[in-house]
Amino acid sequence: MSLYAFLGTLEIAFIYGLVAMGVYLTFRILDFPDLTVDGSFTLGAAVTATLIVAGINPYLSTLFGTLAAACAGIVTAWLNLRFNILHLLASILTMTALYTINLRIMGKPNIALIMEPTMLSPFEGLGIPAMYMKLIFVAVCSVIGGLLLAWFLYTQYGLAMRAVGSNKRMAQANGIVVNQKVYVGLALSNGLVGLAGALFAQTNGFADSTMGIGTIVVGLAAVIIGESLFATRSILVIVMGCIVGSILYRLAVSMALNADFLGFQASDLNLLTAVLVTLSLVFPKLRSEWKAKKAKQKGREV
Amino acid sequence: MKLSSIFKSAIISTLILSGSLQAKPVYVAVTAIVEHPALDAVRDGIKQTLKENGYSGDQLKFTYQSAQGKPDIAAQIARKMVGDEPDVIVAIATPSAQAAVVASDTIPVVFSAVTDPLAAKLIPRLIQPGGNVTGLSDMANVKEHLALIKEFLPNLKAVGIPYNPGESNSVSMLAAIKVEAAKMGIKIVESAAPKSSDVMIATKQLVGKVDAIYCPIDNTIISAVEAVIRVGIDAQIPVFAGDTDTVARGAVAAVGYDYFDLGRQTGDIVVRILKGEKPGSIDVKMAKGTNLFVNPKMAALMGIKIPEAVLARATKIIEK
Repeated sequence: MSLYAFLGTLEIAFIYGLVAMGVYLTFRILDFPDLTVDGSFTLGAAVTATLIVAGINPYLSTLFGTLAAACAGIVTAWLNLRFNILHLLASILTMTALYTINLRIMGKPNIALIMEPTMLSPFEGLGIPAMYMKLIFVAVCSVIGGLLLAWFLYTQYGLAMRAVGSNKRMAQANGIVVNQKVYVGLALSNGLVGLAGALFAQTNGFADSTMGIGTIVVGLAAVIIGESLFATRSILVIVMGCIVGSILYRLAVSMALNADFLGFQASDLNLLTAVLVTLSLVFPKLRSEWKAKKAKQKGREV
Repeated sequence: MKLSSIFKSAIISTLILSGSLQAKPVYVAVTAIVEHPALDAVRDGIKQTLKENGYSGDQLKFTYQSAQGKPDIAAQIARKMVGDEPDVIVAIATPSAQAAVVASDTIPVVFSAVTDPLAAKLIPRLIQPGGNVTGLSDMANVKEHLALIKEFLPNLKAVGIPYNPGESNSVSMLAAIKVEAAKMGIKIVESAAPKSSDVMIATKQLVGKVDAIYCPIDNTIISAVEAVIRVGIDAQIPVFAGDTDTVARGAVAAVGYDYFDLGRQTGDIVVRILKGEKPGSIDVKMAKGTNLFVNPKMAALMGIKIPEAVLARATKIIEK
């Protein structure tokens, strides 16, 4: 793998690290499997791109994109809590509706940002090559996002949210307003995903109606890879593990892209990625089993 | 003496240079947003043209990667390609092309099967685009469409176009047609049909005002194209179309693209760059339509004869 490809891989990985944090918040903290992200990733990008093209400041545009995506999360929570629609179905409904809404917002299937100002424009004159500058920018965004999320989960409010996820009844019995936590959690999760979409559009030069496809799979894979690597209960480590998981996932894709010398074809990419991700999940488990076995043998010898 | 020695060294260096060019294989990296018969045909067409120009076997390193329909993978593929430093990157379809253009600062990027490269911001202008990007647009070539109608009706004065003003594609196509028609001295009469149930009425509005009816690539009109055909038969006005598929549904004739051929036209650009031309000085090409479909039975029903030249050129004759 060339340096350029490696830096590009890291750049995309940091952006999807934010997606992984959002997915971690719903799937793990709130125990609310939320597929809205496939739509809210595109929504964040679509709103941001549309506003930037209309001449609005890129930072303000990104803020609005993030807020719009957060609203999508609130809609899913509302469908679930107000009308008792199964969480999975509620999120699929929102995701499906968002496809049309995104097309309407953009007015066409694709908005180009290649020659538009972006969040990165203020840093362009500093003399750092674009490939490093972009990477540093998204890495800083992603790490700050992670630190803020971890800090939030350590606060009294965040603690209450974690309590809702682990035992709803118990939380209610302790005077926690459960529904409010779900609303805030889904808004926060989808806001993070929308921010990732906005960053992706600006660093890659386009917002496209199809860009959200499979976001949930990528995010979930990153979360689980991170968890399997760091067997810990520390929230901060797990949140940062989302970024590490995302990096490993992208490296797997990158390796699959470079596997042509093994006789693989372009169409084999998805299978190769799946195999590599599976290996990265199975390996830590096998290693710990192997260690346990060895320790047992040692115990017998003594 | 001095001059001849300069000449000599110039000749020698040219020989060395051409020798080294022949020895080193050229590296063409192709990517497409998704694997799909039309886009795969573009790729195969590029490879064919490269082969015909002597780039094959040991002389060519040709890689192909598909983003499996996912723009995030397209972005990652673009970074990988730039890192591999090929001689030319070919990006098929809009998101792949945008990702490649953002990733590559110096490596030439040739886009293909992009409908509107200006709106996609791949290039600042079509003529002499500058920079490291050029390519082929597959926007419908309305000039060819009007020329075809004129071949049927040499005395063509006015063409009627039913369209949906709510579809951005057909609005921009209509604007392009008006520009070309003005150059050819043809009057364009438009008639709006916002819903498919309005298509019949909209087409009837044109009767008596036009010599021919042209159906643009408009989802509303195409979905109710039978209504247009009906009016054409009743009023004896020939109906033409912007896409070849509509010919099987009753239009008299249409020119359209063959995607393998689109790939060959893209390959021509790639070869020019491989031979040393700068992408920025190669104009962005509009794809040439090489498919010509005609429907003789419908022509007879609408009271028009298909010119021998058109019939001879036709790539498909619909018989039904």
